Amino acid sequence: MTRKGRHKTSRKTKARVASKTISICHGTSCIEAGSGQLAVAFEAALRRKSLSADVKVRPGRCTGYCHVAPVVAIEPDGITYGNVKLSDVERIIDKHVIGGKILEDLLVPAEPAYPSLQPLSATGFFEKQVLIVMRNRGRIDPESIEDYIANDGYQALAKAVSEMKPEQVIDEVKQAGLRGRGGAGFPTGLKWEICRRSKTSETKYIVCNADEGDPGAFMDRSLLESDPHAVVEGMIIGAYAIGASHGFVYVREEYPIALERIVGATEAARDYGLLGEGILGSDFSFDISVVRGAGAFVCGEETALVASIEGKDGRPRPRPPFPAERGLWGCPTNINNVETWANVPPIILKGGKWYASIGTAKSKGTKVFSLVGKVKNTGLIEVPMGTTLREIIYDIGGGILRDRKLKAVQTGGPSGGCIPASLIDLPVDYEELTKAGSIMGSGGLIVMDEDTCMVDVAHYFVSFLEEESCGKCTPCREGLTRMREILERIVEGKGKRGDIELLEALAHVVKDASLCGLGATAPNPVLSTLKYFRDEYEAHVYHKRCPAKVCKALIVYRVIPEKCTGCQRCVRACPVGAISGPRAQPHNLDQSLCIKCGACYEVCKFDAIAGDAIYVE
Amino acid sequence: MVKRDRITITIDGRRRKAERGQSILEVAREAAIEIPTLCYHESLTPWGSCRLCVVEASQHGRTRVVASCVTPAEDGMVIKTNTQRIRDIRRMIITLLLARCPGLAILKNYANEFGIKRIPFEKGDEDCFLCGMCVRACSEIVGIGAIGFAHRGAKTEVEPPFGFASSACIGCGTCTTICPARTLTLEKVFARQTMHRGKDQIVGRCVVCETYYSGA
Repeated sequence: MTRKGRHKTSRKTKARVASKTISICHGTSCIEAGSGQLAVAFEAALRRKSLSADVKVRPGRCTGYCHVAPVVAIEPDGITYGNVKLSDVERIIDKHVIGGKILEDLLVPAEPAYPSLQPLSATGFFEKQVLIVMRNRGRIDPESIEDYIANDGYQALAKAVSEMKPEQVIDEVKQAGLRGRGGAGFPTGLKWEICRRSKTSETKYIVCNADEGDPGAFMDRSLLESDPHAVVEGMIIGAYAIGASHGFVYVREEYPIALERIVGATEAARDYGLLGEGILGSDFSFDISVVRGAGAFVCGEETALVASIEGKDGRPRPRPPFPAERGLWGCPTNINNVETWANVPPIILKGGKWYASIGTAKSKGTKVFSLVGKVKNTGLIEVPMGTTLREIIYDIGGGILRDRKLKAVQTGGPSGGCIPASLIDLPVDYEELTKAGSIMGSGGLIVMDEDTCMVDVAHYFVSFLEEESCGKCTPCREGLTRMREILERIVEGKGKRGDIELLEALAHVVKDASLCGLGATAPNPVLSTLKYFRDEYEAHVYHKRCPAKVCKALIVYRVIPEKCTGCQRCVRACPVGAISGPRAQPHNLDQSLCIKCGACYEVCKFDAIAGDAIYVE
Repeated sequence: MVKRDRITITIDGRRRKAERGQSILEVAREAAIEIPTLCYHESLTPWGSCRLCVVEASQHGRTRVVASCVTPAEDGMVIKTNTQRIRDIRRMIITLLLARCPGLAILKNYANEFGIKRIPFEKGDEDCFLCGMCVRACSEIVGIGAIGFAHRGAKTEVEPPFGFASSACIGCGTCTTICPARTLTLEKVFARQTMHRGKDQIVGRCVVCETYYSGA
């Protein structure tokens, strides 16, 4: 019983902790890492200490700091902890919430370069970020419309509906210079104007394209998961400007949390009179339905998306007519990406001029990127247009994993291109990326180090796109299959003289002659790697050598006797028993058994300490 | 009003008047300029899938490669139908289709015309190059829609729904008549069991021309 007494918290302590909130990120990465159990554990621990009435535990918005998931923030202290385990719960409550001391070992990022007591916003990962789209990052409960409203939510809508004419809203967006964040970068204001002026029919629709399918990209998912109301508000303002009566959010079925939250957000908005008849007391009526996509990559293409919403098979059709003239059921339809919609409320609230002051001459505002690959800090970032790759990779990303050398950055998803390390000072905006042979795309940024084989990368992306081709037009359907066959040959060491030239010729035809954007951009991975890394292709084809030591058919693993200490780690790791040898003596690797899985190379400790004992030739 | 609907385009250096809304292909054919096509048929909605009819279209200082069958001619457009770039694309498209369907006469003829001697790809054994004329004819001309495209990408096929016998098929044979590859025959349609074989429907074979017909 005396033990129990120890948990009693004094009135003084209670007063001190009363204002504190433990905000636990509920994005997909954090949920995967166990944020649900963490929330339960925090609540239980607070109950035990009879603090549950004083300290709030609530789901937090994604901070984008996904590589240290699960992330727990203590408010209002502005302290964020990463990699929080169940065993840390007691410690956080006792030492921080009650004791007021910061647990330095859990702080993010735990890097010596940054004095650990700085607020999160001043740490390397966040310092250079400018948050417009992710303005509520980490600050609000995505499932609470009250939270969103308390943070200036729906203010922009109120302003638009009560003070502005639809044309004025369009002018504001035009002045902001906002361009489509889905990839092509078409000016949003202009798109809205075309749709508004279209006389095809009185009924008009708007669509939020959330059919995000790029490998390694999760901007749209995270936005819908962490701030669905920002998208809903942007859509209502857009509908008001365009004169649309109904909106659709097209989300892929593979995004269950995003789906749940956007559906929840539309329901909450309807309850608050922000959707439905006579929004905010005006005579403007609009509603949103959520449509689930079956996960076909090509349905992100706007005409295929329209067909899919109509219930037809998701195949693109030739444009013109553009959806702004003839979209859903033949009516003018304005389609924008998730991020584009989320940009709208701040533009209306703070003005187009303010937005246009951020970014470069032709690309305004900020862009959200999912920074992934061989970089130390991975996650979701938002930077002003024109930020250089160097700032993104080294300042925000914290540099390359294991301090290796940067080789290339792949931007724009599978149909983007690879930008070589030599162009690291490239300012990232629509024009510069296109000039470098890549695209902005929806904002995937994959960092590749020197251990990446560019032919293998091209092979991977072309295989992905071949699978995702709808099969309608000849260049994309037949051409991508043949391109994949040639690349397969090259990575398998069976490349023939003339293959590179044939691949290049094919790539140009697929790019020029395909029906839709998928085919027209599909050869980018090949063309950009051919442009910057042609020597690697040549090494594969003419010398049967993979310089990055990735293509299995072109590498041989062997033990370097001088370096091998005979620790037997590789013997245990080898799944086929190809390595043998007594302890403390150099091991033997039987080439006839080796399947080149690389397990020995991975586990060899002397790779890190005294160079590599097993190395690749 | 009438005047507003007339436009002028330049096609292979010749100025041509055209109706607004006409496709580049239609204007070209009126001017007796030959553009090869595979998936285009005057009686069907243009589909724009074979991409053999590509031309270079310049407007507002920008040149694009477009499929002439689905791109409307616009006032002031400058069209080139036979540049090196266009010839290269057409050759590659025929090469790709011939690699898929090595036996088809229509493709072989184009290959001869374009001087294609070698197919640098592994040859397939398909006999359908997915122009979609049968699918469009069945829904647009016959008004039935008994067949459609199934699967996607390289696995795309023309099939009745779910590959099962379609009770919608009336055995009219329009699909086989329109097939430019001349490979879709009613025997094949029957083999795939798209034919409705109800009691009141008879499928016969003409003793003279040996083609199938249906009757009640």
